[in-house]
Amino acid sequence: MFDFELVNPKTLESVPALLSRNWGETMLLAGGTDVLDLLKERLAQPQRLINLKSIPGLSYIKAGDGLEIGALTTIAEIAENAEVRQNYAALAEAAESIATPQLRNMGTLGGNLCQRPRCWYFREKDLICLKKGGELCFAVEGLNKYHCIFGGGPSFIVHPSDAAPALMAMGARLDLLSGTGRRSLALAEFYQLPEDNLMRENVLGPNELISAVKVPAPAAGTKSTYLKFREKQSHDFAIVSVAAVLQMEGKVCQQARLVLGGVAPIPWRVPAAEAELQGKTLTAAVLAKAAEAATANAIPLSQNGYKVQLTKVMVRRALEKLVK
Amino acid sequence: MAKWKPLDQMTYLGKGYARLDGPGKASGAVKYTYDLKLPGMLYGALLSSPHPAATIKRIDASAALALPGVKAVLTDVHPTGTLRYAGEEVAAVAATSPEIAADALERIKVEYDVLPFVVDLETAMKPEAPRVYAEQSNVREPRVESEGDLAAAFAQAAVIVEGTYRTQVQVHACLEVHGSVAKWEGDELIVWDSTQGVYASRDGIAKFLNIEQSKVRVICDYMGGGFGSKLQAGRYSVIAARLAKATGAPVKLMLSRPQDSISAGNRPNLIAEIKAGATRAGKLIAFSAKTYGTAGIGNNARPALPLAYDVPNSRTEHYDVYTNAGAARAFRAPGCPQASFVMEQVMDELAEKLNLDPLDFRLQNDSNETRQQQWKMAAARFGWSKRAPRPNASRGVIKRGMGLGAAVWWPGGRGTQAQMTILPDGGIEVRCGTQDIGTGTRTLVAAVAAEELGVPIASIKAMIGDTEYPYSGASGGSTTAPSVAPAIKNVAEKAKDKLTEVAAQHFGAARTEVQLADGRAFVKGNAKNALSWKQLCALFGTMPLVVHGEWVEGLSSAGVAGCQFAEVEVDTETGVVTVLRMLAVQDCGLVLNRLTAESQVIGGVIQGISYALYEDRLMDPLTGVLINPTFENYKIVGALEMPKIEAIIYDQPERGVIGIGEPPTIPTAAAIANAVYHATGKRMRALPMTPDRVLAALHS
Repeated sequence: MFDFELVNPKTLESVPALLSRNWGETMLLAGGTDVLDLLKERLAQPQRLINLKSIPGLSYIKAGDGLEIGALTTIAEIAENAEVRQNYAALAEAAESIATPQLRNMGTLGGNLCQRPRCWYFREKDLICLKKGGELCFAVEGLNKYHCIFGGGPSFIVHPSDAAPALMAMGARLDLLSGTGRRSLALAEFYQLPEDNLMRENVLGPNELISAVKVPAPAAGTKSTYLKFREKQSHDFAIVSVAAVLQMEGKVCQQARLVLGGVAPIPWRVPAAEAELQGKTLTAAVLAKAAEAATANAIPLSQNGYKVQLTKVMVRRALEKLVK
Repeated sequence: MAKWKPLDQMTYLGKGYARLDGPGKASGAVKYTYDLKLPGMLYGALLSSPHPAATIKRIDASAALALPGVKAVLTDVHPTGTLRYAGEEVAAVAATSPEIAADALERIKVEYDVLPFVVDLETAMKPEAPRVYAEQSNVREPRVESEGDLAAAFAQAAVIVEGTYRTQVQVHACLEVHGSVAKWEGDELIVWDSTQGVYASRDGIAKFLNIEQSKVRVICDYMGGGFGSKLQAGRYSVIAARLAKATGAPVKLMLSRPQDSISAGNRPNLIAEIKAGATRAGKLIAFSAKTYGTAGIGNNARPALPLAYDVPNSRTEHYDVYTNAGAARAFRAPGCPQASFVMEQVMDELAEKLNLDPLDFRLQNDSNETRQQQWKMAAARFGWSKRAPRPNASRGVIKRGMGLGAAVWWPGGRGTQAQMTILPDGGIEVRCGTQDIGTGTRTLVAAVAAEELGVPIASIKAMIGDTEYPYSGASGGSTTAPSVAPAIKNVAEKAKDKLTEVAAQHFGAARTEVQLADGRAFVKGNAKNALSWKQLCALFGTMPLVVHGEWVEGLSSAGVAGCQFAEVEVDTETGVVTVLRMLAVQDCGLVLNRLTAESQVIGGVIQGISYALYEDRLMDPLTGVLINPTFENYKIVGALEMPKIEAIIYDQPERGVIGIGEPPTIPTAAAIANAVYHATGKRMRALPMTPDRVLAALHS
């Protein structure tokens, strides 16, 4: 029978010891908006569930020289925070675009970064796909209109997080805690492609957790935005999203960071498009060129070619919004 | 023949008034089947087939039965053991909690012989495709209907258009999934069912269980949505009854959302190869359609072509095709929204070739007199004359367009019986075995009775949704209001006659001299000396007044007309279609309640927008499973997708009561598709019009 032990730790330091060294045996519960689905759908059957909400002090937003956000801070709190809205617009807009008000009130930042893929084959309990130890990524030959156009193979999932592209574009780092101690890791190094790690989507160890997210203070002249394309505005994951951060000096772009969501198994940075912007006056022609460069390496599947067009348009529109 | 009072003498009918159960529903006080929790109740769950085609070799339930809390396992719930779609019922359990029931399902070991399958309509039509039913071809014998001389008509036509159109499978997606709570009292069974027909459910359950109808009582107090899929007894009801029998406890069995999406019905898809011709003068004279559709393992995917317009020469040839998917069921205007999507675009294509305004072309080919008036009225209100004469007239990335479509519907409704009890303290009970599937039937029962008796609506206790009450048919085909309202008026009339008689005796006057009005009885000309309602009823002594009534001719009719206009915006860079506004004009004879009538129209339009732009049940060709069984990827419109919707009820009180459930959902997708064409100059030949499809059309 699928029984599990629910543990309510009181301190963060006690958590790694509660976590198994083997994947699947233990799981962390934060907002529960993904974990409870996985449990109810029986896609995960851990023996122990560790409830992080019983630990005080993990939900906070500290603004000073940069931003520090506790892993258990809800998405709604981030979306509403005045400091975030003022100086980290891409993160605020990303948070605002996530799911529905109810889910934003429950879901946490740490959980959002660690959520599992929404691929419909992965989520169908009766199908043993490649990511669940099977032999096939069904998306290759099957229905793939929502799958990836970058970084695919052998699995073709997309990463569903909206917060991750925004944070990555802003150069965020993660505070991680495991049985062997603490480490700090750039978010850009956190996610892994299926070719490097088929069964998981990031480098987090089985007995490791995110305790906080740190975002460096934006340099003077920095503007950012997050643009999300959904089929349905009321509640939908991204088909394509763009986090854009531009550091401007007058009309000249000093530095550009562009990270795409919904199009690759990880938040997908597009250096070729950034290069088209850096050091240049951002005219319409320059923006168009950057948008074109963003999709130069796209490899669409049989039914998701439209995402290439959407990516171009979204990159251009995000940049237009910042340049206006 | 019975007649309604003139509208200006009515207190309720023709006007708008709140639903009696609105506060209870809004506050959560009323209980739906899903909410019921009886003492000692067990929770049922169904094991679904993971395979799209298989035979059951063996089921071993011993491990499930050994689980503490599991009270029964049924391994014979499937009638034949030959499974024809993934999600079909294989076994059932009853346990003390939903969680234990789910655990028990995991412990049932089933050995299958897995068979080849086909879930795609076009693949299923190929000769080498696996057969859904071994003994017959997937492609069924065609149904052919023809009229006039088609070849001659095409030879005579000045313009001809040809094209292939496709529509998708839509699932009913009722907010309350299908399900029942079953409880035995001795050899008598009570079933609380989320059903559109308590009697239909009762008769089906009795038949399946092979017991007398008198031993089964079905109750549906409140109901979380029904669009045709809940018109019959469900296998789940019978399984719940069997589990309750086996355990000696009440059992609740509600389908999971994925089970509901695959096994509880759908609107079939369609491939339509069309050819149509018109004369230079603008008369549609020739129409031919070769159509294919799959109702899964069931039948009748036939579209209602050519729907609203007059064609003297026509031929339709339809093929039902079997696939390994759950059977279709009646769905709000069966066969019509898909036919409308095809036909209204064909009409626009012909009009364009003839250089005619789409509205003018329709006025020339629509013999319905009511709709002739509606077209003109709606066009004026919508501002159709401001429409750009040519498609793709907007400059820039965002383009605007307007489109239109016609609504039709035929059935009437009859056969309802009702009972009225007037109690000695003045209380009024109306019993009728109809059910309120969310359309306001409970309120209309009270309103019609109140109107006839001349008492406030709040003084009527409307008792519906129970087979203990007099017979009424299932709520489908827009038949409920025209079937129920006449019976309620009839029973109230009869009660009024009796009350008049009692009052006449009291006053020592002739019956014709006594008047019953505003809840009082008096001799004409002597209203000062009136009996109050309570005083009048007190004259019964201890015996209540009980009368029976039934549907009578003259108070209702059949056949309605309507039309809808849409204005859309298309983002030509992203393929996003945004509906800016919809106008729906709809006739429904005598309006019983203007608020619920308008609500029906708005609801129909909303479901039509959802069909046009979002909903698409996707069967995975690779694995044969329904790949988007929940609302994450089976996308239904939400609040942020809502345009301004204006519903105008076209009053025809002289026709009596006519149902309004289905017609308002028929032309919505068609009007939107025509508006998308007008905006972009690109014809959308497939539903839903999602960004990927719109982009493909724009780049074609």
